[in-house]
Amino acid sequence: MSILRISMLVGLAILIALPVVIPPYFLHLLIQILLWAFIYTAWALMGRFGFVSFGHGAFMGVGAYVPALLWSYYDVTPWLGIPVGIALSILLAVIIGYPCFRLKVVGHYFALVTLALSQVVLLSLVAARDVTGGSLGFTQKAVGHSWYALQFPDKAYFYGISVVLWLIGLYVWQRIDHGINREALEAISEVEDAATAIGINVLREQLRVTMISAALTALGGAIYGQYIMYLNPETVSGIAVSLQIVFAVIAGGVYSLLGPTVGSLLTLSLTEGLRVWFGINFIGAANTIYGILLILCIIFMPQGIVGALQGIRFRRPQAKTAPAE
Amino acid sequence: MDPYLIEAIINGILLGGVLALLALGLNLIFGVVDVVWIAYADIVMCGMYVIFFLYTEYGVPLPLACLIAIASMAALGVVVHLLIIAPVLDSAPINQLLATGGLLFFLQSFATLLFGTDFRNIGVRLPILESATLYISFSRLIAFAVGLIGAVALYLFLKRTYIGTAIRAVAQDREIVGLMGVDQRRIYLVTSAIGGALAGLAACLLALQYDVHPYIGNTFGPVIFMICVLGGLGNMIGGFIASFIISQIIAIGGYYSNTELSYVFAFTFFIVLMFVRPRGIFAR
Repeated sequence: MSILRISMLVGLAILIALPVVIPPYFLHLLIQILLWAFIYTAWALMGRFGFVSFGHGAFMGVGAYVPALLWSYYDVTPWLGIPVGIALSILLAVIIGYPCFRLKVVGHYFALVTLALSQVVLLSLVAARDVTGGSLGFTQKAVGHSWYALQFPDKAYFYGISVVLWLIGLYVWQRIDHGINREALEAISEVEDAATAIGINVLREQLRVTMISAALTALGGAIYGQYIMYLNPETVSGIAVSLQIVFAVIAGGVYSLLGPTVGSLLTLSLTEGLRVWFGINFIGAANTIYGILLILCIIFMPQGIVGALQGIRFRRPQAKTAPAE
Repeated sequence: MDPYLIEAIINGILLGGVLALLALGLNLIFGVVDVVWIAYADIVMCGMYVIFFLYTEYGVPLPLACLIAIASMAALGVVVHLLIIAPVLDSAPINQLLATGGLLFFLQSFATLLFGTDFRNIGVRLPILESATLYISFSRLIAFAVGLIGAVALYLFLKRTYIGTAIRAVAQDREIVGLMGVDQRRIYLVTSAIGGALAGLAACLLALQYDVHPYIGNTFGPVIFMICVLGGLGNMIGGFIASFIISQIIAIGGYYSNTELSYVFAFTFFIVLMFVRPRGIFAR
């Protein structure tokens, strides 16, 4: 355990020291990897309990657009705008989640309802083109370095923010993993009626994890928007983003703490690598490979890369039979 | 009534014909194989590219190009089943959904890789029918008629032929059918081929009206799922009726606002109905 602690501390120290050492391009990549890893981790909070949501594009889109629009049109600081975006995402999550869990809309019905949700948000953003710029995208009003506007031309700031976010994501994942809630939720995802019978408030637990997941995803979207400073409906919401999230998590591993992070590292390195090596003539190559990988992952290792590695190395005892902490 | 509204309603009915055809293909596969092909609309996209290249680049006559597209999409359906669906037949439904999601990624990106993101049109301009103040495009009329004929032909095939009966039997009870001497794997293959062929047929009809580009599946795909779920997954008649409901929402919504918002109405309608009738409008 202490070795684990030490290696964690060393890892953190390296993470903190990195912006001084590496060139801006790699820092940019790293920020993206961490931000996406945060969003993927947020998705996995639900995904691991069998709620496969294709609606996270909606939460991310709302989280990213609300603060950007409020700032650009009404000079509302993102410090207020981001919480508003998060609150709206949570509201959306409840509007969709409550009836779904109540009426037991599960499995691929749940996936399709959430898919419709992310299309609704995407198309609404496109339809409101007078305000959002539609498919052409939206560029935020820039003011240079400002804490008030949460805009930092120096990448080191966003690097710091994304490291913190990523750690928060892991912490929340860990809390849910170790808490009594996990036992409850796993019980639900297996035998819901039995879970109810032993006194678990199924609906409340499901809603709780959905709201947390939506809130974190919206937060991730907001910071992503603040960092990139340009929003496009297709890149922050809709079916494409939702599928990207699902894929990266499945590839990395939905049942392990670092699975989503590995998924993010893998997919972004692959995209960037292929882009740099083959240039823009090879557009689509990265996603072609993703597609094949996704199919292979599902067929050969539904536990994801991290899960498969853990399975080989530790043959760890069934987590489900471990006593509650 | 406003002639533009009437035109919108008629166009909605015509659009419904094509959507119904697509919904039929997806529903057939779901009802029999019990897997949702989330990449179904992207198989249509492949069919459209086949027609585009055969017709414009190689000068193949359009009807022949369409036949080749239908045949090759039927073959693609079989390949998809063998390579992707068969290995995950016993997995959780959500894994099956994700596997075909991977196929969606693959087909869209591979098409981008091969053909770029250009919008391509086969450049066939069919006349527009005019009657008094109404303008109805002939290609939509053809699409509607062929869509209906396809649906009826499929119905007759399922009702009147031996293999059609076997397909319906598998959809009803896949355990017992094996005991009756029906080879399930063969039925799955035939069903996937028919599903692919229907996608190819829809590709012929859509190629007359729309430009083909790698992401055209995203325009139709979500709508088709919505229709199938609304009608009750696997319920072909339900899907058929739901196609016309959804296409009317899209058409009339488009008349009163704009295209994107009309889809927003349709998707919202879908979400609400899922809560009111979670197993589809026509569930008993």
